[in-house]
Amino acid sequence: MDGLIGASAEALRLLFTGDREIWEIVAISFSVSFRAILYIVPLAILSAFALAYGNFPGRRVLITIVNALVALPAVVVGLLLYMLLSSSGPFGGWRLLFTQGAMIIGQMILAFPLLVAMIHVSLQGVDLSAWQTARTLGASIFRAMFTIMREVRFGLIAAIVAGFGRVVSEVGCSIMVGGNILHHTRNIPTAIALETSKGEFEQGIALGAVLITLALALNFAVATVRGRDMARH
Amino acid sequence: MIHSLRFLLFSLAITLTLVMASANHAADGILRLATTTSTENSGLLAKLVPQFSDSRDIPVHVIAVGTGRALNHARNGDVDVVLVHAKNAELDLVNSGFGIERYEVMYNEFVIAGPETDPAEISGLSNLGTAFEKIANSGALFVSRGDDSGTHKKERQIWDEVDIEPNGDWYKEVGLGMGRSLQIADELRAYILTDKGTWLALKRKLSLPVHVQGASDGRNDYGIIAVNPEKHSHVNIEAAEQFIDWIQSDEAKAVISGHKVEGEQLFYVIE
Repeated sequence: MDGLIGASAEALRLLFTGDREIWEIVAISFSVSFRAILYIVPLAILSAFALAYGNFPGRRVLITIVNALVALPAVVVGLLLYMLLSSSGPFGGWRLLFTQGAMIIGQMILAFPLLVAMIHVSLQGVDLSAWQTARTLGASIFRAMFTIMREVRFGLIAAIVAGFGRVVSEVGCSIMVGGNILHHTRNIPTAIALETSKGEFEQGIALGAVLITLALALNFAVATVRGRDMARH
Repeated sequence: MIHSLRFLLFSLAITLTLVMASANHAADGILRLATTTSTENSGLLAKLVPQFSDSRDIPVHVIAVGTGRALNHARNGDVDVVLVHAKNAELDLVNSGFGIERYEVMYNEFVIAGPETDPAEISGLSNLGTAFEKIANSGALFVSRGDDSGTHKKERQIWDEVDIEPNGDWYKEVGLGMGRSLQIADELRAYILTDKGTWLALKRKLSLPVHVQGASDGRNDYGIIAVNPEKHSHVNIEAAEQFIDWIQSDEAKAVISGHKVEGEQLFYVIE
């Protein structure tokens, strides 16, 4: 217990004295995960719409597959991506292995099923006739999509926050394709893994504290926006 | 149909943007060095690498993994140079044509750490093999890295030499890095084969004293090998060769010899 309290106190000190190395790691973590979510959200929204309102064979099977892929272990994504991006792999020519680009792709793949599954669930809550009415009134597909997206904006935000939470905290894929390179691909989870292996528990806890604090802030922000919006209606 | 076409174009656009945005990171000129956790965790690389990269303006990306994986990265052409410690596996890399030549850099020592009570009574022995036999016969716990790292390869080699096939409840293969394995050995009160550097770095956080050191079969050699551009044309061979030259220079040797953890010298240069 002494060790835990001591480590936590030291962790707070590191954070508030502005330990540059820690804040750099935090910045990398957020920049990588933010970009991953930014790039994948449009595709995830389109896919969720296709699954919710599309009419094509195999739709139900696809929904089941997407739901199952939510449980995909990050380290498996990392391994597959490593094999694809390795110089001896099919996409080795891109020279992406051990870069932030590789981490971003990995996190995009990880976030995709979760985003699609959650957005799909929100869309199911919308009356199908809203979609059909918009379409018969001559709205383009994108126009109709924006109308529905306004309707389910909280579901969308919740999905994005959950997706961000999934990727910002994963270690398996980032360490595999990023390589945990200081100043470049060392993010919060890979740094925690490293510090733990060195027995530097203070650093590990400090980084963990940042992760939790930011997750809390994000969720409070969403809850506040939502509360205001509810009050207005 | 139009719908799916748009989908395809959209995802294509995203991927292209992404790849182009990230291509900057893969810009030429970076030297990728795969090495073992022991050189990274002991703080040696943090001293060595900036001296090299600042004076020559070559950014060095260090990927610290077990020796087995580091050599694998070299074979796949994912790194330009490897600094590892498993001589036979290193020579394999060279003989198979994936590495150009192996240069000796430095050595340190493998030691056996274990519980303070020393139930296998190995304290003071001068041979790792003899100590391994006593541990196996005593029924005391033993933690193995189990991750194909240089230390794990060394451990397997010692078991082979004393003709013991370790298995049973006493033999715990943890499949983790040196630091984590030491922490587990500490919790389980088990014996463990470790490089001296990582043990020194963690010493104050463990109650796991070294029982066997200075052993006749305990030397741990580190070699450096550049990846052969004939196998992987994109290898940054110029930077790799500069680094190999530099690490054998007097300047680098002084850094290696002068690096101390807990007041003890960790690595000795090979003249």
